[in-house]
Amino acid sequence: MERRNLLKMIAAATGVAMVGGRAFAYELHSPVPLSSTVFSSDDVMLFNEVADVIIPRTDTPGAKDANVGLMALILANDCYTQEERSALVQGLVTIDQQAQQRFGKPYLLLDTAQKLQYITQLDEDAKRANNQQELFYLSSKPYDKDRDENAATPHFFTLIKQLTLFSFFTSKLGATEVLRFEAIPGKYNGELDYKKGDRAWAT
Amino acid sequence: MANNNYDAIVVGSGISGGWAAKELAEKGLKVLMLERGRNIEHIKDYTNAFHEAWDYPHRGLATQQMKADFPKLAREYTLNEPTQGMWATDKEHPYTEVKRFDWFRGYHMGGRSLLWGRQSYRWNAEDFTANAKDGIAIDWPIRYEDLAPWYDYVEKFAGIAGTREGLDVLPDGQFLPPVPLNMVEKDVAKRIEKAYKGMRHMIHSRTANITQAMPEQNRVGCQYRNKCWLGCPFGGYFSTQSSTLPAAMATGNLTVRPFSIVTQVLYDKDSKKATGVEVLDAQTNQTYVFTSKIIFLNASTLNSTWIMMNSATDVWQDGLGSSSGELGHNVMDHHLSVGAQGTVEGFEDKYYSGRRPCGFYIPRYRNWGSDKRDYVRGFGYQGSASRSNWQSNVAELGVGADFKNALAEPGAWNIGMGGFGEILPDHKNKVSLDKSVKDKWGLPVLSMDAELQANELRMRKDMKQDAMDMLEAAGVKNIRGWDGESPIGKGIHEMGTARMGKDPKTSVLNKHNQVWDAPNVFVTDGACMTSASCVNPSLTYMAMTARATHFAVEELKKRNL
Repeated sequence: MERRNLLKMIAAATGVAMVGGRAFAYELHSPVPLSSTVFSSDDVMLFNEVADVIIPRTDTPGAKDANVGLMALILANDCYTQEERSALVQGLVTIDQQAQQRFGKPYLLLDTAQKLQYITQLDEDAKRANNQQELFYLSSKPYDKDRDENAATPHFFTLIKQLTLFSFFTSKLGATEVLRFEAIPGKYNGELDYKKGDRAWAT
Repeated sequence: MANNNYDAIVVGSGISGGWAAKELAEKGLKVLMLERGRNIEHIKDYTNAFHEAWDYPHRGLATQQMKADFPKLAREYTLNEPTQGMWATDKEHPYTEVKRFDWFRGYHMGGRSLLWGRQSYRWNAEDFTANAKDGIAIDWPIRYEDLAPWYDYVEKFAGIAGTREGLDVLPDGQFLPPVPLNMVEKDVAKRIEKAYKGMRHMIHSRTANITQAMPEQNRVGCQYRNKCWLGCPFGGYFSTQSSTLPAAMATGNLTVRPFSIVTQVLYDKDSKKATGVEVLDAQTNQTYVFTSKIIFLNASTLNSTWIMMNSATDVWQDGLGSSSGELGHNVMDHHLSVGAQGTVEGFEDKYYSGRRPCGFYIPRYRNWGSDKRDYVRGFGYQGSASRSNWQSNVAELGVGADFKNALAEPGAWNIGMGGFGEILPDHKNKVSLDKSVKDKWGLPVLSMDAELQANELRMRKDMKQDAMDMLEAAGVKNIRGWDGESPIGKGIHEMGTARMGKDPKTSVLNKHNQVWDAPNVFVTDGACMTSASCVNPSLTYMAMTARATHFAVEELKKRNL
């Protein structure tokens, strides 16, 4: 009897009776702290300095401005496979070792020209290494559901580049100030005129 | 149990359940709609609707932990941060697989109406006669003419954007203005039309996104954000929440009960009718009985069948509707993951703005008219053209300012299309109860045993080659065809397992979607389908449901139920 009355009351108030509790549907996620990863703030700093050579500040913000290092390493920690993560961790060590060998100092102490020279070389090394392993394509996303678990792991610099590009162009800074972004377009124009130099849409 | 008595019970709140509740409540029946999952309130509970990539801790990507937790969801795009919590998980809702079966379920108010692809096409006249003509399975008990007025009816209310094309293969409907094609798509469409002498057509997608406001439903309309799956605060697409539920609520005749797992339909041997349903409260584990004059099963294809398998087992060992031996059999879907893509030269001075919820459609042309292949039935394609961006450059050479500037501009135009092929009804493709495995509530689970058969595999060769040929004919370069895995269920268009028919010996439902063995039980979701066509099925469920509800109400008036 009570139940019936309750239903009636709710129905009268809202036009519909809702029985039972509520719970979150679309789950809200909280940010991941660096302390929950295998990476340190030194790693973030190093990553940012490498990423900033790939995507430097020009008349628009660069990778370091967007602090891509933090995002990149969280993605590497949580979304990468064990093999990918190991390759990246080893790669960060390798960068410092190679800087030491070639320039006699750690990567962070290289000047701008030396960094560009070294990273350009690394980019070519990576391309060559990937080609040798017949890796001609890499997903732009650090999580790839279709990734073949038996496939060779790309050169570590390719992983750094993937993490850099993804972290930068999906950041608010990258999406809104380097690319174009409109939250609520309101319409679709399939005949928009384009001239060289106009920026691409972020999404 | 008089206090739990209604005129009608609707099991499920998805696309067809929402329609059943609306139609029955508007006809003056006191309706109870049961939803096994939690409530989701329109707008208020669309938690992520205004989130962008940078608002998610992993920019929207799945993590290895999520993959380990939900291995079946991880097979497809269903695993990601924006829609997490919206797909039923392997842990709470297991099922077993004799053969791989992708079963993507939305266990919450609105069901998959919140998560659907929204492509909305009518079946054609031949779809209803093909089984009889080909001597496959059984004939449909209805024809296109039976459903046509109900297509009109549901299209007007749901809001379908599209163009009238005058094609027999894809009958026109009640359309809002279409979502536009872009310059490249228009050009390719012209070239295909010409190359195939008007026998093949690339047309606007027909989609349940509204291109004009529908103020009578408080729906603003599509804002071209392409965030449909997060729930649309603008009512931009048809869902239970945006469309049928508010209408049903407005009648004052609807009661909605979330967290209500229907464990069986209660059946009375003497009257040979159902008396109500048994409900297990998903939160408290308490059992309730609700009674009614009529019951609509709209629990989603395989779950409506699951409920029947668990009902009246003292009369029929394999459950209500099993007397024909067809309950659980003839499971269908659309096979996909096959098509082609390529790059388009030119049009560097053209771009677009806005994010569409759809693209183009190429209706079926195989085994149509005078065309004859080494398989029966056919397929359609969905696709789109767009300009590439930074994502295509990860493995390419380059660092520094010039590289950055190049990435900040759109690249070449690409075009791609994927086929959706008809799967034939086949008795050996089936689902059954697996009592050795129990879900979180101790209920037996479904075991899936279905796979593509020879007809589909032959069809796939055309689906890949035709896509490549059409792109070639349209002048597209660097064409690459693909043909990936296509387990049943991947199309998320599960159909069959309680088919309609003319004879109770070979079918589960009659021509009004009534269970032959319990005429006051109606099944109007995908379970009722006797064949699968190659077009997306949800619009047909809407029309089928509206038709059956009107029949049910007439029968109630005549005291036949």
